Amino acid sequence: MEFDKEVDATGLNCPLPILRCKKGLSEINAEQVLKVISTDPGSVKDFNAFCVQTGHQLLQLDVDEKTFVFYIKKRTI
Amino acid sequence: MVKSLALIASKGSLDWAYPPFILASTAAALDYEVQIFFTFYGLALLRKDLSDLKVSPLGNPAMSMPIPMPNLVQMLPGMESMATMMMKQKIASKGVASIEDLRTACLESGVKLIACQMTVDLFDFKNEDFIDGIEFGGAATFFQFAGESDVQLFI
Repeated sequence: MEFDKEVDATGLNCPLPILRCKKGLSEINAEQVLKVISTDPGSVKDFNAFCVQTGHQLLQLDVDEKTFVFYIKKRTI
Repeated sequence: MVKSLALIASKGSLDWAYPPFILASTAAALDYEVQIFFTFYGLALLRKDLSDLKVSPLGNPAMSMPIPMPNLVQMLPGMESMATMMMKQKIASKGVASIEDLRTACLESGVKLIACQMTVDLFDFKNEDFIDGIEFGGAATFFQFAGESDVQLFI
């Protein structure tokens, strides 16, 4: 999947993956896609909750053993 | 409509330093407007030097220890420092943020930190003991924000 910026949050625990994701989103334009790599199993639920509450769109989640890769499209406003 | 979170942080041990800063930084990431009111021992979380924050198994039966340890042993000199050192090692090895990092994240994301002026006076603290970028206020200051907030928590 194509993306515009990548954030590596591997090895980090709650709430750092979300905070890094938020920072990453602030550095891209609306409609662009952020890729976030996490190894925190709790981040699956948390990233869903983050997107539901903020209006950013979770396009895709790839799970590879203990790694979770999120593709998030930044909201328009 | 922007949501808002009002927290009171009243505890100043290393373990209890986490909940207010984790909740505040996460709420800020979720676009909440956030204020934390630090009162009594919670003021320790606003000091420039956070290396004094400690954790103690004494009086906390829920804290898991590598070996069973009676209170009588836990009260010996050095036990608190040892428990604190072990906790800090665990925090680092599990990729959990340090309190400094979470506090910085809060400040960078616009969380407003308010020190209870009465407690500052009560304990003879000096304003220069605390980090820059905080405000000083009282209970009425807290309610001005908390009264309009969606979530209010006492920690």
